[in-house]
Amino acid sequence: MAYSEKLLDHFKNPRNVGTLDKNASDTGTGLVGAPECGDVMRLQIKVDPSTKTIVDAKFKTFGCGSAIASSSLATEWLKGKTVDEALAIDNMAIVEELALPPVKIHCSVLAEDAIKMAINDYKKKNA
Amino acid sequence: MSKRLIYLDNNATTPTDPRVVEAMLPYFYEHPGNAASKNHPFGWVAEDAVDTGRKQIADLIGVDAKEVIFTSGATEADNLALKGVFEMYSRKGNHIITLKTEHKAVLDSCKKIEKMGGEVTYLDVQPNGLVDLKELEAAITDKTILISIMWANNETGVIQDMRAIGEICEKHGVLLMSDATQAVGKIPVFPKEVGVHLMAFSAHKMYGPKGIGALFVNRKNPRVKVTAQIHGGGHERGMRSGTLNVPGIVGFGKAAEIARQEMKDEMQRLAGLRDKLENGLMKLEETYINGAVESRMPHVTNISFKHVEGEGLMMTFNEDIGVSSGSACTSASLEPSYVLIALGLGDDLAHSSIRFSLGRFTTEEDIDVAIREVSRGVQHMRDLSPIWEMYKEGIDLDKVVWQEH
Repeated sequence: MAYSEKLLDHFKNPRNVGTLDKNASDTGTGLVGAPECGDVMRLQIKVDPSTKTIVDAKFKTFGCGSAIASSSLATEWLKGKTVDEALAIDNMAIVEELALPPVKIHCSVLAEDAIKMAINDYKKKNA
Repeated sequence: MSKRLIYLDNNATTPTDPRVVEAMLPYFYEHPGNAASKNHPFGWVAEDAVDTGRKQIADLIGVDAKEVIFTSGATEADNLALKGVFEMYSRKGNHIITLKTEHKAVLDSCKKIEKMGGEVTYLDVQPNGLVDLKELEAAITDKTILISIMWANNETGVIQDMRAIGEICEKHGVLLMSDATQAVGKIPVFPKEVGVHLMAFSAHKMYGPKGIGALFVNRKNPRVKVTAQIHGGGHERGMRSGTLNVPGIVGFGKAAEIARQEMKDEMQRLAGLRDKLENGLMKLEETYINGAVESRMPHVTNISFKHVEGEGLMMTFNEDIGVSSGSACTSASLEPSYVLIALGLGDDLAHSSIRFSLGRFTTEEDIDVAIREVSRGVQHMRDLSPIWEMYKEGIDLDKVVWQEH
């Protein structure tokens, strides 16, 4: 199947690859998926505690091209948003932006789950 | 200079050899006859061409030309052999034995046979992909009419011990069928020498055209018959009706002739290139070869790159190189390769596998590029992989509680 230009660009030049200190109080980590299922996504955010704004986001993903592109895109969208704005990111927006084919929609669901899990992790630490 | 695409997916299909195409061309327009037209020169020329092709194919596998039944391909030949034997021998029994690693053409035919009242045993294989001969023999009952075991596996290239399997079948008076699609034309395959009674194969896996295949059906000691599955005129000794695909048969025959002449040298050349590819890629950490290396087709290697997902890896080089993956993401089923799972690989390693299948037109330069590009791809994917990072930190991945979705 042919992938969109945007998807291929995120796959070949992934944004914000890396690792944040998962024990720091201003970070949140989401780790979703399983190696047996063929995809594992780790998404991390760093939040400015005074403004509740996401100042940095990093990811690492084991998975197909769509999974990698979905998480790369998610990190771009997260930066600059408040945590509450970030919670509103919907997987279908990722599907549309990357023109994911139907068999790859689960990749966008995984990205949404990773975002929510990272934010919950941050909120739990700072409750 | 335009970039040459490198094709390392010859187990999926092979390019048609230009010599084959050249042989076929006159049979589209100059010689348009139907081989069944017995009353004019058009028919005679077509019939002669079919006879020649049948003989060339029979010579490649050491059988009599009358024992070659043309079909549309190996899938149809598998269907004809399994369903045809099941119907023909229903009075003797209803039990068939096969392997979990067979091609879907065999497995899906067996599923259909089960719906028709048959009983099928799907045997596991050993971690090297070979059937356990004791287990095979123990599975035979007084109702067993047929054992169906592929000559060489499409995903791993593992070659079964057909001679030993033939002896077991002989001892118990059971028919032996083999899907030899991946083996014929690539390695010496002589069904009569090892006691195979029915054998399916096709032209497009041996540098012939798509749309033509054959079923070898043993005629003497024992005389094997299959019930036709396609009706309409009684062609092919009543076993497969339908106007013969004359250009296809001419091409199939030419492909068989070339394979017979060039096989010995080609096997050596390809094994050398395959070993070079394998040695180059095995320099990467945590890389595993799947299937028995001591009993394998010379042009195939199936490798798992741990903590790298197969389809993602392919995307790093698929603008230059065509290969296949056992990863679920490459298929509509979302399940990883059932063949690799049957070898006992975990789902994670099955998702991480790539099949490289070399061919007649593969060059040493292709292999150099493949080693470089695939190594680079594995590095890129591992840099991105959270589980590679965890593995490097010494975390036991089996103890991690994953959030499955």
